[in-house]
Amino acid sequence: MLQYFDPKKDINPDKDYGTPSSVNTSANLEAAELVSINIDGQDIAVPAGTSIMRAAALADINIPKLCATDSVEAFGSCRVCLVEIEGRRGFPASCTTPVEEGLVVTTQNKKIAKIRRNVMELYISDHPLDCLTCSANGNCELQVVVGQVGLRDVRYGFEGENHLAAKKDTSNPYFTFEPSKCIVCSRCVRACEEVQGSFALTIDGRGFDSKVVAGQAEDFMDSECVSCGACVQACPTSTLMENTVIEQGQPEHSVVTTCAYCGVGCAFKADLKGDKVVRMLPYKGGEANRGHSCVKGRFAFGYATHSERVTTPMIRDSINEPWKKVSWDEAVTFAAKRIKSIQHQYGKESVGGITSSRCTNEETYLVQKLVRAAFGNNNVDTCARVCHSPTGYGLKTTIGESAGTQTFDSVEKADVVMVIGANPTDAHPVFASRLKKRLREGAKLIVVDPRRIDLVKSPHVETQHHLKLRPGTNVAFVNAMAHVIVTEDLHAQAYIKERCELEAFERWKSFICQTRNSPENMAEVTGIPAEELRAAARLYAQGDNGAIYYGLGVTEHSQGSTMVMGIANLAMLTGNVGREGVGINPLRGQNNVQGSCDMGSFPHELPGYRHVANDDVRQQFEQHWGVKIDNEPGLRIPNMLDAAVSGSYKGLYCQGEDIAQSDPNTRHVEAALSNLDCLIVQDIFLNETAKYAHVFLPGASFLEKDGTFTNAERRISPVRKVMAPLGGKADWEGTMALSNALGYEMNYNHPSEIMDEIAALTPTFSGVSYQRLEKEGSLQWPCNAEMPDGTPIMHVDGFVRGKGFFAVTEFVATTEKVNKHFPLLLTTGRILSQYNVGAQTRRTPNSDWHDKDILEIHPHDAEDRGIVDGDLVKVKSRAGDTVLTAHLSERVQSSVVYTTFHHPESGANVVTTDNSDWATNCPEYKVTAVQINKVTETSDWQQDRQSFSDKQVAYLHEATNKEKS
Amino acid sequence: MTSVTKSTVTPTLYIPRDTTAISLGADNVAKVFEHIADENSVPLHIVRNGSRGLYWLEPMIEIQTKRGRVAYGPVTVDDVEDFIASQCWLENENHPLYLGLTEEIPYLKKQQRLTFSRVGIIDPVSVDDYCDHDGFSGLKEALKGSAQQIVSTVTESGLRGRGGAAFPTGIKWQTVLNTPADQKYIICNADEGDSGTYADRMMMESDPFSVIEGMIIAGLAVGANVGYIYLREEYRLAQEILNQAISVAIENNYLGKNILGSSNNFTIEVRLGAGAYICGEETALMESIEGKRGMVRAKPPLPAAQGLWQQPTVINNVISLASVPIILSKGANYYKDFGMGRSRGTLPFQLAGNIKHAGLVELAFGPSLNTLLQDFGGGTRTGMPMKAVQVGGPLGAYLPESQWQTALDYEAFASIDAVLGHGGIVAFDDSVDMGEQARFSMEFCAIESCGKCTPCRIGSIRGVEVIDKIIADSSAESLLEDNSHEKNTELLEELCETMIHGSLCAMGGMTPFPVLSALKYFPEDFSNSPVNAAETNSSTFNSAEQV
Repeated sequence: MLQYFDPKKDINPDKDYGTPSSVNTSANLEAAELVSINIDGQDIAVPAGTSIMRAAALADINIPKLCATDSVEAFGSCRVCLVEIEGRRGFPASCTTPVEEGLVVTTQNKKIAKIRRNVMELYISDHPLDCLTCSANGNCELQVVVGQVGLRDVRYGFEGENHLAAKKDTSNPYFTFEPSKCIVCSRCVRACEEVQGSFALTIDGRGFDSKVVAGQAEDFMDSECVSCGACVQACPTSTLMENTVIEQGQPEHSVVTTCAYCGVGCAFKADLKGDKVVRMLPYKGGEANRGHSCVKGRFAFGYATHSERVTTPMIRDSINEPWKKVSWDEAVTFAAKRIKSIQHQYGKESVGGITSSRCTNEETYLVQKLVRAAFGNNNVDTCARVCHSPTGYGLKTTIGESAGTQTFDSVEKADVVMVIGANPTDAHPVFASRLKKRLREGAKLIVVDPRRIDLVKSPHVETQHHLKLRPGTNVAFVNAMAHVIVTEDLHAQAYIKERCELEAFERWKSFICQTRNSPENMAEVTGIPAEELRAAARLYAQGDNGAIYYGLGVTEHSQGSTMVMGIANLAMLTGNVGREGVGINPLRGQNNVQGSCDMGSFPHELPGYRHVANDDVRQQFEQHWGVKIDNEPGLRIPNMLDAAVSGSYKGLYCQGEDIAQSDPNTRHVEAALSNLDCLIVQDIFLNETAKYAHVFLPGASFLEKDGTFTNAERRISPVRKVMAPLGGKADWEGTMALSNALGYEMNYNHPSEIMDEIAALTPTFSGVSYQRLEKEGSLQWPCNAEMPDGTPIMHVDGFVRGKGFFAVTEFVATTEKVNKHFPLLLTTGRILSQYNVGAQTRRTPNSDWHDKDILEIHPHDAEDRGIVDGDLVKVKSRAGDTVLTAHLSERVQSSVVYTTFHHPESGANVVTTDNSDWATNCPEYKVTAVQINKVTETSDWQQDRQSFSDKQVAYLHEATNKEKS
Repeated sequence: MTSVTKSTVTPTLYIPRDTTAISLGADNVAKVFEHIADENSVPLHIVRNGSRGLYWLEPMIEIQTKRGRVAYGPVTVDDVEDFIASQCWLENENHPLYLGLTEEIPYLKKQQRLTFSRVGIIDPVSVDDYCDHDGFSGLKEALKGSAQQIVSTVTESGLRGRGGAAFPTGIKWQTVLNTPADQKYIICNADEGDSGTYADRMMMESDPFSVIEGMIIAGLAVGANVGYIYLREEYRLAQEILNQAISVAIENNYLGKNILGSSNNFTIEVRLGAGAYICGEETALMESIEGKRGMVRAKPPLPAAQGLWQQPTVINNVISLASVPIILSKGANYYKDFGMGRSRGTLPFQLAGNIKHAGLVELAFGPSLNTLLQDFGGGTRTGMPMKAVQVGGPLGAYLPESQWQTALDYEAFASIDAVLGHGGIVAFDDSVDMGEQARFSMEFCAIESCGKCTPCRIGSIRGVEVIDKIIADSSAESLLEDNSHEKNTELLEELCETMIHGSLCAMGGMTPFPVLSALKYFPEDFSNSPVNAAETNSSTFNSAEQV
């Protein structure tokens, strides 16, 4: 008898089993009861709750189906999967009929064949017969089933009532809706509901008039559709089809790889024709995304072949002259010479590097290795500095590891979810969909955010408590939460006693119990009504599994690290670390921000978060690398910039990072960059930072190289090359070339060799190799002798630190205060369609949704200033000013304004200040005191930037022309 | 106006407030009675009772006499003045509208009124009246025993779902009782949409407390404390009466918390549908209550395991629930002793269509269909020969005369591919075109299909088209030339087979029954279409709707 035990091993992600598994994790499976049935003479045992269709598919008996697909629950509408069951009347649908012990099922006989054929005859009587020229030709489930049932004649003719004249909807830039091809199977509608959770699609009308419509029967673009593409993927015909497939035809092979957008790290099948990506399909085998994706990952890949890609190395003596296109050799030789001469003149410490959170682990590792070995200092930092550095610091201090504690699957077991300073539906959409699914199942939600994010209220999701705190008061909030839990005796005393440092706990307890931390006293600071906060605290403490998910709204503050510790305290206090469904979950902004931190990108840490002052660790690296490593931490990004302004720091190697746009206080960054003698930028586009560069090394997109990314759940996933690097070298090869030119030899033939070196030197990675990744699909670190299959959930038997540490988290208000000159607080964030500095997404039709950054302002604040929707307004802070278009919105509370930073010309970071986290220097992006007033033209900075940018683009074009002539 | 003798006791006059009676003028009759009596200072106590169900006699008014209630009808407003003048409340045997003792009218006397025992007798919203007629004694009995005892009594009574599917009510209840859940629900399916049926409406308008009592008992039986009555939107009067009765029941502690001093709670909410026939299908109905589009769910899971909001739910027809109180008060055996075979108890048949004596006839299962058509119905209203009878609503087969001897019994009907369903009987005289009727069945399905499953969504439309082709192709020429008539008939039969076996619910699964029966028993109507068939047919339906 066939038995199916391990869903991970026995399931082929490329096969559609018709209905979802009744158990999705090995843990659930262990508990599941197995039921034996006989299908077409074959015995098979499957977990209870499995459909007959799925059981059959597991035994490779493939029952024809149309409305069933294993990403959504069985629906039972198409009626082609009918079977006969011994002792039962009629012909039950195999998709909606669960297995029962001893059932004897027949999937094929004459009677069944006749019904199926006659049902298909009905379908085809209302379907255009243009199969040969249809975009689904070669991949059409309707065609397949018609073939399977042997339909030879449509006796009804084609003159009857039909939908053949239904109009196409081409409003979405990525896919076309062609309702004349629709078979009304509702798979798109159900995918939108069950998978994405947007409820943007519905069936309108009834009977023969039933049709799929978006929103209130409007165009897809005008509806609530977020263009995640789940409907397109679910469609069995060409009714919802990617425009790329319509234009180019069906792909001929595919490669599984990992998305290069946010920290969810979705697995994708890149569907290809030769080396051209036809479409990206979220991969069902991907454990982070389980077959789902968002508008960025699925559709916004066109930037990789955008005409603005710079694919030739370039050099120039000064930023005031045109670029010269050169060979790689010439470029790295030029760069090495300059770096050497800077170090000769200004000292070894006068140069440094910035690793990229968008490049692979292997590439990041190489850049920090280059800095430490070839530059000979520790001046390496990464963009995590400006996002999640407080996470590293705060979690290391309290629980002992700089990473999230869970898997994304874990949310399926959560009972109470607290989202703090994160906007998952925009920034981590796939996680948001999984969260919303759990919320629809009944889990409770607490949202802590100054702004009314979509999760507060969206279809079939409504938060129990939206704690609308004032920007900059996180720690006051988290202390008040803990105060309630301790003083109301809701804390997990046995858990604390067993797993935490008691002395520290007692110290912390006496601090937190002080009445100044009570919600009543903190209400004035946070703006959260005390009763609401108490209710939220009780809900979080008393739900079975309480999980915290947080984002940059936690870290990007002057007390970012304190807040992370406060969150860890809260989780330990309630016993919510160390099992499924709970945990501390930092939502990482960029695809590989976890990996870049893991890889030793910080100036004080070698790979695996080990301090450079640790002699044992340093010596291992010294031995392996054959160089001496400085035992003093190097410069952080803000220190580098300050030193550049003051003249002691002259050379920077910046890979895949755009600090001129992303870092705070743009004018300061620009001054620093202008002061460098050698800025080496390795990127796929001439980004804002590259406009200040002397050496440009063409970067490679994620489609052009092999490597690995590590997502927010510590999952190391393979990135696979589907096309040759347009610039001739993958980024790791570029770094190697530069290192070799600098005289420090690197000789890797493939990134797998770099991973082998990482594994040899990093205890948490010692079990990781490309062979294992190939076999397992992905691995979650720590992966070593102790945890050979990786570690989905951390701190299970105890904290990595040993005992959990309750750090005292005194609330200290930021110095960035409102006054009569700057009466409003500006906070910044992201939007769904754009990603970070927008270098990628702005070069795709994603800009159809968001073509410029706008300033959200509450109608009261707008009225006070005579501002109406659409007005140009100046946003002025102590650091600078910029001009944006105002949008009146009650999403923001009065006295708070909000914008995004996706477009360089917006200058959002001209306004943000130098203030930063006390422990890690993570900038305080989320709190800037500003004044807003109506203006008629853009700011001086915007005009300066425009002319500078125009000049630099001209220099780029001149370089192009030179080569042509 | 002649002077009027004053009597010492105020005479009680019953004028029905039931929709049919009202549509035939009962409200106006009542108003005129009040007016004239007032003008002439005649003291009259007017009770607005429900209808007795003798619809061809409506508005039928009754007078309380020492001998019992005496009926007159049909009374029009023009009759009122004379009525008062001739002191009919003193029983005037010579009055042209005099019908004698109501209970002795053969149409009523020959019935076995169990479920409808109070209907037409009491004031529908008077809880005292209800209690005086044995009301709430079933509930009191139920409160004495355990949940299992209630379920067992209902099981033993042999009661089967009166909505049409005839599923044993006790087994359904047992499943819900056995399914553990924090919250369970009772739903009363009052989306009475079958053509020619009105028993639910009559029950709700004439004796709403029976429905309420049945729901409370169901709640006690399975451990549910929330009930919904899902009412078709056209039944506005029933809505008003139900809500009034619910308020009265709450005031008197039959509903709400600690019912009759027990620890049991029960609430009832009336929900209005939005005009979709398919919402009478139990799973679509629950979707509708949940605020979703009325679409049929696949089964399993059965509503008894996962029903409303995924919780175990008893969903029963109005008549099933209204039959429960008498089963509890008089015992399972009392009820079971009526009927035949596996069809126990009684069924309220509703005579409609082209029939002389349209009305409600509650009978124990067993007599032949012809008994109803002839003994009660009195043949066609037009006086023309009766040609076909549709039993069980628009999804029931058309029966030719040869089948009218069939016993009124679920199994007997099933054996001839017909259904008793909800007990609706629509008669047609020989002017009917059964080809058009078959087409209408498919058309009805096309209009009312929820659109979920393919055989129903597309099949019904194609069904109409194929029947049109069959009828159009029926000239002798085409019969000879290309066999298209024969081919299309075969296609229609195959389509019916596909719909029967392939449809998700009874809507698509049973639509073929009337079509196939028409094709089988009236093949001549598929070979030439009489010119005025459509008109004749629509007039038949209008009359069906009226009653």
